[in-house]
Amino acid sequence: MIVYTLFVVSLIVFAITQVLPADAAVMMLGENATQEALDALRATMGLNAPIWQQYLTWLWHVVQGDLGTSLRTGQPVGPVMFEALGRSLLLAFLSIGLMLVLAIPLGIIAAIRRGKVADMVVSLISYAGVALPEFVTATIAVLFFADWLKWLPPTGYVPLTEDFSRGIAHLVLPVCVISIILIAHVSRMVRSELVDVLHTDYIRAARLKGISRGQVLRRHALRNALLPTITIVALDVGYLLGGVIVVEEIFAIPGIGRQLIVAIQARDLPAIQAGVLIMAATYSIVNFIADILYAWLDKRIQYD
Amino acid sequence: MIDFTKRLLKTPQGAIGIFLVVFVLLVVVFGPLVAPHDPEKLSPLARYKGPSLTYWLGTDQYGRDIFSRLLIGARATVVMAVLATIVGTLIGALIGTASAFLGGRADELIMRTIDAVMSIPSLLFALLVVNLLGSSTVNALVAVAIAFAPGMARITRSVALSVRKQDYVNAAVARGESAGYIIRREMLPNVIAPIIVEMTIRVSFAVMLFATLSFLGLGAQPPAAEWGLMVSEARRYMHLSAGILIWPSVAIAIVAVGFNLLGDGLRDALNPRA
Repeated sequence: MIVYTLFVVSLIVFAITQVLPADAAVMMLGENATQEALDALRATMGLNAPIWQQYLTWLWHVVQGDLGTSLRTGQPVGPVMFEALGRSLLLAFLSIGLMLVLAIPLGIIAAIRRGKVADMVVSLISYAGVALPEFVTATIAVLFFADWLKWLPPTGYVPLTEDFSRGIAHLVLPVCVISIILIAHVSRMVRSELVDVLHTDYIRAARLKGISRGQVLRRHALRNALLPTITIVALDVGYLLGGVIVVEEIFAIPGIGRQLIVAIQARDLPAIQAGVLIMAATYSIVNFIADILYAWLDKRIQYD
Repeated sequence: MIDFTKRLLKTPQGAIGIFLVVFVLLVVVFGPLVAPHDPEKLSPLARYKGPSLTYWLGTDQYGRDIFSRLLIGARATVVMAVLATIVGTLIGALIGTASAFLGGRADELIMRTIDAVMSIPSLLFALLVVNLLGSSTVNALVAVAIAFAPGMARITRSVALSVRKQDYVNAAVARGESAGYIIRREMLPNVIAPIIVEMTIRVSFAVMLFATLSFLGLGAQPPAAEWGLMVSEARRYMHLSAGILIWPSVAIAIVAVGFNLLGDGLRDALNPRA
């Protein structure tokens, strides 16, 4: 399954980078290179071979772990991209963590107080959360917390291993910005799942048996209502990775999103190919793990 | 229809959503006619002004009237988003219905491929497509439409499959109705409703995606009054006047919340059981 996904992604990525109006040989030698030099370089880079052959060569190298050489810097793309991915994953994990800590309780409160003030407040929060794209919330957050209040640094990245407290201070705004939309989405999903579960017969039966509301919630309702959250969070990772691109750009965090934007702007084909492949792989792996986790927690589901 | 409108207006989401969306559509249609100033007229002496009687929402870094720019920019922002969503939905609905209709191996293959395409974040996908085609508003539209198609295909397919299994479809088959009648009278009305709901909500995502593309320099180009571009340009001057940043943000938020609420209201109104 993952293999097929990555195969299709590799086809798409290769197709797009082939159509991109950028000639790798011209990119490396500059506009003023002589025709002979260009021809020679094209021959050594294998650019004269048929497209399918170029694709297979590229794929073969990728399978062996060689993601190519950047046209912009002349350095291997793989190590740079994976180092950047590490920083992005730190950002992503912190955001998901913050989201889970806030979204699940919010969803539960909204579901058990359905129609009451608490429910309205939670749904108001979730509508506000999906109202603005990340780049707007990020910009406003910088204006408020960095420019006016001066509580937090506006942009930049400090590795946690170098200076932990400053590193965290630089991560607070990006993490909050990324998790806003996720919190809005997931809290709504938790609410609607839990509302559905609370209306089932087995919950009514449990209540009629004389089990207290809290007990029913903890032992019966939540277990079933929170299961689909795993899938939703895994699917949201795609959205999260998109958000990471924007947030890294605004806060100048040298993650994979920023690398990709630089690569796209410079038409650095090997870097674009590597970046997109790594992002798609991350998404697929997360969803694969989510499926397995789901099946493991829910004994009713069997995968072949 | 009247009954449906009543149900829609009875839910708070539907009522507020309709109000906001109608307001936005009015601005789209009449905005450029009522704009008090020329949106691209530079007034070096009237830069960073706060709200006043002449400039209702103040002026930006070039002394342009923010209110007029918002009124004119509504077309660039909202119309494009709606168009992109419709195109993406049509492509997706076609693929989804075909997949559900074909079934078996073909269905499996199409859906696996769609899953694979969806593993590329839609923003990244749009970035790649725009970079491929060159940055312009029309290309951004194509990019957003293509980025939306896989998701819509998935939804259409699942809805079409579940409708196909419903008792009322089986009943129609048992009554001896023709295939055309069943598809038109029994299946389509039930497939379209969830798709319209999804489409309405997606418009707000499209607005954001467009704005984000412009923000990254790959959508509308200066001096266009596209809202995302306005936020992007305001970033460098925001500590001089917060208004340049805040007002376009508010405009984007109104559109996004409006379409989101309307989508939720429609869902409730179309599904009276819930």
